[in-house]
Amino acid sequence: MTANDMNINPSYVMHPDRKVGIVGYGAYIPRYRLPGTEVARVWTNGLGGSPITEKAVAGLDEDVTTMSIEAARNALARAAIDPELIRAVWVGSESHPYAVKPTSTIVAESIGASANIQAADWEFACKAGTEAVQASIGMIGSGMVAYTLSIGMDTAQGRPGDALEYTAASGGAAFLLGPAAEACAVYQGSYSYVTDTPDFWRRSGEHYPSHGDRFTGEPAYFAHVTSAAQALMDMMGTKASDYTYAVFHQPNVKFPSRAAEMLGFNEEQIKYGLLAGLVGNVYSGSCMLGLTATLDMAKAGDRILMVSYGSGAGSDAFDLTVTEQIEAVKYRAPSTQDYIKRRTQIDYATYCRYRGKLKD
Amino acid sequence: MRDVAIIGIGQIAVGEHWNSSLRMLAAEAIQLSLEDAGLEQIDALYVGNAYGGTVSSQTQLGALIADYAGLSNVEAYTMEAADASGAAALRTAYLAVASGAVESAAVVGVEKSTDMLASARVQARSVSLDADYEAAQGATLTALAALLMRRYMHEYNLELGAFEGFSINAHANGGRNDYAMFHNNIKPGRFAKAPMIADPVSLFDNAPDADGAAAVIITSLNRAVDMVPQPVRITGSAAATDTLTLHDRSDMLYLKAANISAHKAYARAGISAKDVSLFELHDAYTILSALTLEATGFAERGEGWKLAQSGAIGLTGSLPISTFGGLKARGNPAGAAGIYQTVEACLQLRGQAGANQVPNAKTALIQNLGGLGSTAITHVLQI
Repeated sequence: MTANDMNINPSYVMHPDRKVGIVGYGAYIPRYRLPGTEVARVWTNGLGGSPITEKAVAGLDEDVTTMSIEAARNALARAAIDPELIRAVWVGSESHPYAVKPTSTIVAESIGASANIQAADWEFACKAGTEAVQASIGMIGSGMVAYTLSIGMDTAQGRPGDALEYTAASGGAAFLLGPAAEACAVYQGSYSYVTDTPDFWRRSGEHYPSHGDRFTGEPAYFAHVTSAAQALMDMMGTKASDYTYAVFHQPNVKFPSRAAEMLGFNEEQIKYGLLAGLVGNVYSGSCMLGLTATLDMAKAGDRILMVSYGSGAGSDAFDLTVTEQIEAVKYRAPSTQDYIKRRTQIDYATYCRYRGKLKD
Repeated sequence: MRDVAIIGIGQIAVGEHWNSSLRMLAAEAIQLSLEDAGLEQIDALYVGNAYGGTVSSQTQLGALIADYAGLSNVEAYTMEAADASGAAALRTAYLAVASGAVESAAVVGVEKSTDMLASARVQARSVSLDADYEAAQGATLTALAALLMRRYMHEYNLELGAFEGFSINAHANGGRNDYAMFHNNIKPGRFAKAPMIADPVSLFDNAPDADGAAAVIITSLNRAVDMVPQPVRITGSAAATDTLTLHDRSDMLYLKAANISAHKAYARAGISAKDVSLFELHDAYTILSALTLEATGFAERGEGWKLAQSGAIGLTGSLPISTFGGLKARGNPAGAAGIYQTVEACLQLRGQAGANQVPNAKTALIQNLGGLGSTAITHVLQI
């Protein structure tokens, strides 16, 4: 089926029995920055421009595990709960350091979670992290557990010289979910929209992903993001102007800006969450990182629409309302903008060394 | 030979039709042309398609498309002559109807380019080159066009900007065509600074690969006058060939097949170049536009580019070309390009070209090229 053949039933919106919210959130962005002009200098003699200003690059001692721990610690600091109360640690990524051996167990133990947990690594291209959030809402909403930790984090891969190399970046965010009564933002409803659309993939054993050129646009990103967002808004009985902010998966600046415009959102509504121009495309962490930056600026009563996108393909859409608790939690950990400002520029050669681009 | 006329036209927007397959594109264009003609059934279907086999893994399009277009059991097959496949199908249909063997025929040009990634498509489309002496050496059509353009610039001492008028004109006209792939204008001066594909052929010079389908319905003029208010007569039709490879030509900068087919078509129509109201030429590259104008009698050798600088090729100029954007801005769906040219010429002659109307259009010239002029098929349409 294609995204155009939608058959939306109002009951498809997901409302848990018990309301669930974000109790703590945390961002992490590594300090190194590779400007788009550097990639262009090496590959196009400086011609043709770059889709973003610069992208964040993980250092030699960083990977998805270490960065997930950093973000999780920030989320835990904001939640201010005993880590032993956490009952699930889930990490969504396209760059898990091990093919077999969970990232999530290392993260769980590093942050002081107990052994009484579920732990798993998730994969759904760039929406692995929000898929874990959907599952968390189910776990907590059903009353099975009180708190879960869902992380979207990547050290994104882009083949040298490929269009993706300008944007494929490192970073992400962690969300500690729990009961609505303790939350700084409460989920009003969520929805997922998935089709078999092969726009971007990486086969087992391959180091770099492949993609279908412009096929990644209209029939892939735009079809799924706008379908998921519009369906959720239709089911919630809302329109774009009912939201204070919106955050979309951001492989570059152009795609989320255009998706926002197609859905009726203006620049003011997306400005805090649109970080791709200065951070790049952090794949599984993309819109989750955007949500942390938006929450950093949010006030009680603000309503936020968040829509992820994972190639292959699907989108998760979430409708959130910010609570009074936001003022108490937002200053307990570094803001996302703090991480964006913490910046050391590197050249292409250093980037090659840090990201292991040079092979024997 | 009977006189032949076009009584129905149909086209779909050129672009990237991610949700439509080759057969769906073709069937839709045929349906539109049948509706335009007020017909439900025809006797034969001729398909113009160049890369179905290599890009879409699909041949025997005659049977496939006839079935999907609801034209069960009609005579149907494909004509292939690289990018001139569309005109080859039109000429075949013309000959069939003119001979009296076929009463009415549909001609559809169709190409589904986006079944393959751009990088793989370059190789898939190189099957139209000489496999032993060109493609095997890594040559592509664009690389060969670049050699041709470089030679022309050297011979006539020209800078890149000399060619920009062709692309500016195409994009200005494409901008007013709902069926065109590109609607952006090219500002003067930008052409020479555009990113290179194969120096000196740039992104603003090379017509884009695209999906598309266009169709026409033809029948004898005797029947046509009773069927539609404005039958468009096919008064000239001629095809010629040149060497497949550039390196076998004694004079690379002279499109011999374009010259021969155009002059044969003029003779059959009883016209000369000065009678032409508009010319849908094969502007896959600006160098082809310049060389075509020289080969078909509109410019002296080495001076084809001057027409693009003078404003002569605009809609109100002395020789309007690419009136709906041409291959450059409307897009180049290979085997369909020649039928888009035909549909556009019919719109001009019927006075249905809207904002792109050429004043007092009575005689339209269409020339569809395969490769860099290895095949040249020319038609003269008149109202």
